[in-house]
Amino acid sequence: MTDKKKVKKYFVKIEPDECKGCERCVNACPKAVLKMGTELNFMGFPFAYYVGAGCVGCSACFYNCPEPGAVTIFEVSDDADGDSEKEEDEED
Amino acid sequence: MNNTTVVHTNKLLLKGNEAVVYGALLAGCECFFGYPITPASEIAHTAAEYFPKLGRVFLQAESETAAINMVLGASAAGRRVMTASSGLGISLKQEGVSYLAGSELPAVIVDIMRGGPGLGNIGPEQSDYNQVVKGGGHGNYKCIVIAPNSAQEMCDFAFWAFDMADKYLLPVYILTDGVVGQMLELVSLPDPIPRKPVPKWALDGRYNPRTNMITSIYLEHDDLERRNILLQEKYAEIMKHEQIAEEYLTEDAEIIISGHGIVSRLAQTAVEELREKGIKAGSLRPVTLFPFPVKAFKKAAKTAKQFLCVEMSNGQMIDDIKLSIECSRPVHLLNRMGGNVPTVDSIVAKCLELTGSGKSGKSKAPRGKKK
Amino acid sequence: MTENTNMKVKYGRSKGFFETFERRPGAIKKNMHYCPGCGHGIVHKLIAESIADFDIKDRTIMIAPVGCSVFSYYYYDYFGISAPHGRAPAVATGLVRANPDNIVVSYQGDGDLGAIGFNNFIQAANRGENIAVFFVNNGIYGMTGGQMAPTTLPGQKTATSPTGRSVTNEGYPLKVSEMVAALDAPIYVERVSLSSTKNIARTRKAIRKAFQNTIDKKGFSMVEILAGCPVNMKFNSREMNEFIENQMQHYFPLGCFKDIADTRDPIKRPEGIFDKQKVKDILYPIKVAKGVSADFKNESKIFQKERKIKIAGFGGQGVLSLGMMIATMGKLRNFNVTWLPSYGPEMRGGTANCTIITSRQKVCSPIVDKLCNLLIVLNQPSMEMFLPELKQNGVLLYDSSTIAPPKCSEDKIIYAVKASDIAKKIGSLKCANSVILGALSVVMKDYFLEGKDKKDFDRAFEEAIMDCFADKQNVIQMNIEAFYAGKEAVEATLTNPHPGV
Repeated sequence: MTDKKKVKKYFVKIEPDECKGCERCVNACPKAVLKMGTELNFMGFPFAYYVGAGCVGCSACFYNCPEPGAVTIFEVSDDADGDSEKEEDEED
Repeated sequence: MNNTTVVHTNKLLLKGNEAVVYGALLAGCECFFGYPITPASEIAHTAAEYFPKLGRVFLQAESETAAINMVLGASAAGRRVMTASSGLGISLKQEGVSYLAGSELPAVIVDIMRGGPGLGNIGPEQSDYNQVVKGGGHGNYKCIVIAPNSAQEMCDFAFWAFDMADKYLLPVYILTDGVVGQMLELVSLPDPIPRKPVPKWALDGRYNPRTNMITSIYLEHDDLERRNILLQEKYAEIMKHEQIAEEYLTEDAEIIISGHGIVSRLAQTAVEELREKGIKAGSLRPVTLFPFPVKAFKKAAKTAKQFLCVEMSNGQMIDDIKLSIECSRPVHLLNRMGGNVPTVDSIVAKCLELTGSGKSGKSKAPRGKKK
Repeated sequence: MTENTNMKVKYGRSKGFFETFERRPGAIKKNMHYCPGCGHGIVHKLIAESIADFDIKDRTIMIAPVGCSVFSYYYYDYFGISAPHGRAPAVATGLVRANPDNIVVSYQGDGDLGAIGFNNFIQAANRGENIAVFFVNNGIYGMTGGQMAPTTLPGQKTATSPTGRSVTNEGYPLKVSEMVAALDAPIYVERVSLSSTKNIARTRKAIRKAFQNTIDKKGFSMVEILAGCPVNMKFNSREMNEFIENQMQHYFPLGCFKDIADTRDPIKRPEGIFDKQKVKDILYPIKVAKGVSADFKNESKIFQKERKIKIAGFGGQGVLSLGMMIATMGKLRNFNVTWLPSYGPEMRGGTANCTIITSRQKVCSPIVDKLCNLLIVLNQPSMEMFLPELKQNGVLLYDSSTIAPPKCSEDKIIYAVKASDIAKKIGSLKCANSVILGALSVVMKDYFLEGKDKKDFDRAFEEAIMDCFADKQNVIQMNIEAFYAGKEAVEATLTNPHPGV
């Protein structure tokens, strides 16, 4: 983390009430930062959760998830003027 | 003749099958999807020639089921659309017709009836009456059914059919027999109407919100029941406002001959012959088969002593006559099947027999009053 | 867990979906109805993303088929329609033909596309309809409870193949992509899978390509997607993916089977013509014959009554067109006419007959089975069949080239003309009917026409020929020649007013 090269940070959020516990995201995560919980949500399914660190924003969990809004991946800018990163966003 | 300028005429000789296509095009029909079948094929032939000439859509579908589902698609796109078939082809279309009715989509279906059951033959029959007038496919639905008896009516009824389909959002059948389909008569073409605007329920993003959705699925029982009740209310409304019958010398008639399609014309000739023999006969022709003209039959039953239903089927329409007059008068049946058309002579003879004027009664005065 | 200002969504709920699924009954408004791990959800996500990215939400119509995806209209924020089982490609055809600017998506499962609706699918493909078909192949019937699909693998157990699919009983799985790629019309056919992140990325690309083709109006695109049905197949998601990779992809190899969009021009459909005058110019016939004024009435007594005419012969002799010429004469002289053919296979080679009725009044029954006023007979069997229908004092006109003089009662007026022989001399047997027409003109003149009608009918016959063959100018002259030849031939025999007897 130098001042010159900004490293992007990502954060994955799994909506407990929209997850059906199929584990596709857990299996797909290349960094193994998603885990299955044991609690049940309001639909009666166990749900996956993010361990809190290590997400690289690869989108594997998002596209493997069959639900529209259960997985959201955020990009976190760790400096005050976060908008300088936009140019690099649009790849695939 | 040396005509330097081209002069058009609106009068021409057309088969019923051709006339219905002219009528549809003049009534703004934009798409035709069909599958050839005798005796309705001239409808497809004429459509194939004139729809493209007017920049409209003609497509020969791969099957009757495909044709009716193409109709469903074009109707959902908000266009006036038509298909045509006969007997067994109509049987195949019934699934799609049920979907059209359930989705409340307008469409016009022409049925030029032929002989059945099964492959039957290509002769004229009226044996699609039940499958067309009583619903035909699955579910609690009805289609408006109108029954032309001439080439002119085939043309004019196309306008009527499209208007009713749009007004009530349902499939409308133009139902007639092979004779009316194949018969050529003089037709005066009406003026074309301007293009119809896209209806507000249609799936067309230029005019309508994309929340428009067309379906016939209602998973919750109460929802589907509500839907069904609304449909029945619509049919009741149609029953109330759209009945049409053609009366001919019914005011003083003691016997009333009733038939639809070509039979209605035979009936009229029979009435004339019977009147010449001194028999007070009249004819009552249902022009709408759904709604069946109950009011006209009820009225006729007040004065007439008996009815003769003449059909080219096994006694299908006769049930509706009996129900209409609540069996208050005897209703007799004279029918032919298999492609045969009842003769005027046979209708006259049956009426003479029924009125007690008998075979040898030619010179006798009719004994009308005897009960 | 709320996002702070430094967080932005990189991957999240697509704008192609409704924010909440209000159409879905019950309490769950954010989720789909599919089972955990179902492939449909992934495909829906990719489709929704494409449509939002291409900005075509207002033009897209999604067809909900029958099968698990029957409720797909709960989710998509664009037009939706339900199709009967298997009929989505036919419904799509109607939608896109009616309005070629529609982007129509036919989303189908293996039962819908591969079994009950295969013909509708393959025919739409073969017509090159401008639609995108997404074929979700999971090898099983999900909605109805795990029965065998046309794409179920050999040996695979389902509710209706409890001992495994037997190739001798149920046949082999249907290779849809291979079949459809073999057709000329389709422009893009690719088989992809949802078994891994990499394969999902390929699927995403394929779906976008299909949409691009549809937007460009290039024609028919199909993406076959091998998907999982883990609940019915009793797999966890890892086992499901392994099954797809090791079993399904083995039988259904992935890859692009066809991609020729670049070689095709966009499909152009004509604009409908609705201008009143233009419609009339196209649809209303051109007036060929001069005709008469609307109130004109021929004066001869014969025209006061309804007249019944029957013409009979064998198919191809011009029986029906002779009837047409007579009917046309009626039209040109303000009569009501009906012309009714015997129709069907006999028209294509057997016997043919037609009846014409002309009347000043409305014609009721168009059927002639008795009391025929004029009988024209062109072959021997028809003579025997129809002569009994001729009325007392009726007219019989026949082709004496082939028919022996008939025996009939004295009251009949009989004319014979060697129509076929004369027509052959003129150059075509096809104009024998015009020779007969010439003969008819003599009969009319001899017996029935009065006063000015004699002159008028010379014109009426010619006008009828011109009107009938208006679209075949070269035929008119020959038929007029034949008409006069027939006329002369009969006039030459006038010394005997009953030449046939």
